[in-house]
Amino acid sequence: MLDKFALLGFGPEGWGWALLQGAGVTISIALATLPFGLALGLLVALGKRSDSAVLRAVATLYTTIFRGVPELLTLYIIYFGVQLLLQHLWQKLGLPGSFSMPPFVAGMVALGVVLSAFSSEVWVGALNAIQKGQREAAAALGLSKAQAFRLVVLPQLIRVALPGLGNNWMVLLKETSLVSVITLPDIMFITTRANVVTKEPFLFFGAAMLIYLVFSLISARALGRMERRANRGFAAFGGAMR
Amino acid sequence: MSWCEYPGWLAGSEVLQNYGCRMASGFWITIELVLISVLIGFAMALALAIARLYGPRWASLAVGGYTTFFRGTPLLCQLYLVYYGLGQFRVFWQDIGLWWFFRDPFYCAALTFTLNTAAYQAEILRGAIQAIPRGQFEGAASLGLHRWATLRLVALPQAMILALRPLGNELIVMIKASAIASLVTLFDLMGATRLAFARSFDLSIYLYAALIYLVLVEIIRRIWDRAELRLSRHLALR
Repeated sequence: MLDKFALLGFGPEGWGWALLQGAGVTISIALATLPFGLALGLLVALGKRSDSAVLRAVATLYTTIFRGVPELLTLYIIYFGVQLLLQHLWQKLGLPGSFSMPPFVAGMVALGVVLSAFSSEVWVGALNAIQKGQREAAAALGLSKAQAFRLVVLPQLIRVALPGLGNNWMVLLKETSLVSVITLPDIMFITTRANVVTKEPFLFFGAAMLIYLVFSLISARALGRMERRANRGFAAFGGAMR
Repeated sequence: MSWCEYPGWLAGSEVLQNYGCRMASGFWITIELVLISVLIGFAMALALAIARLYGPRWASLAVGGYTTFFRGTPLLCQLYLVYYGLGQFRVFWQDIGLWWFFRDPFYCAALTFTLNTAAYQAEILRGAIQAIPRGQFEGAASLGLHRWATLRLVALPQAMILALRPLGNELIVMIKASAIASLVTLFDLMGATRLAFARSFDLSIYLYAALIYLVLVEIIRRIWDRAELRLSRHLALR
């Protein structure tokens, strides 16, 4: 029984280093997706609240689509579809060789698009929670609309949006496991390969489970801290939203 | 021509016509899988939430561990652990006569999804019960209601209304997540689509599948919104 655990170690038979690398890939794709997805989500949220009806309709359609289609399907469509599209373009331009999209980029784009659809809802809720008077006061001080957003709204926005965005992050962290199907060597990919080689699925998928669990617990702890810090100026922590 | 070939014929898509019947049967597998897991998961979640809130300390801790575990790890990983991991102990399952269950990808997926959604639904129900004002419990106690009767007659009916929206979201999340079942050789809607793509290399089949999922999710969302409006209509006057 004990010799089985050597498979998880760092010895010649062990998969320890490979698992660590997989964990690194999982973390890096999650961290690479996060800023991209959140920024895009904020843009979509601003689109949903814009004065132009066309922009509002486009933003709503965007979130409806990417919140309604399974993440796995979005991943496939972007991985295969964008690849095909760019290949066409490549040949049209008469460039030599062929184009292939790195799976990391495909995974990042797919997860980022889904994240942006979900986080835009959080951003909209947070934007609604900022009182109108804040913008009016900024205008009265002579700030332009862009300045008011950057200097007055955004700093307050982050505090209100943090719990929702934290949820988005936890979902994203677990969703990264899907990128293993487009051959990105994350935790799931490595453990699937280890299973094929060693025929010890319970051991390896159990180990993968524990790694994800550790990531989730650390994230939850860190998010709790960030929320406390963001709320430090407010007497009734958690209660006061404005 | 069978009925399931007509949509592809109407859309002028050869691949959708050729694989329409497979996708239709895949669609039913997806529906079955989601319905079974969400319904059994709900029954489990109710018990888990009550155990967490009113059970003895050990039960409350055990439920907390269960929900943390299932909410903190990816569904894909859980599915692989059940299908491949538990399938490893074939001799044991054969000994106790349960091999038919763990051999079948549908049962494995249903089991995994049930355990997973039970954890999420338990958290939703716990939050909803906790959100009920204390006065409701005190009022019930002053009327001489037993703890169990308080829960059944006072707390749960109100909690269900609060939980309705997140439970609807959970149903939609499960429909989308069920696509993962295709990765353990189950031919649900996603599985049938993957097969069609692997054989035809026609990418449009993925777009048709996306459309089917999208329409399904939108229909459920609309129905749920209506149901919520109707069930909470007595609250509008407050």
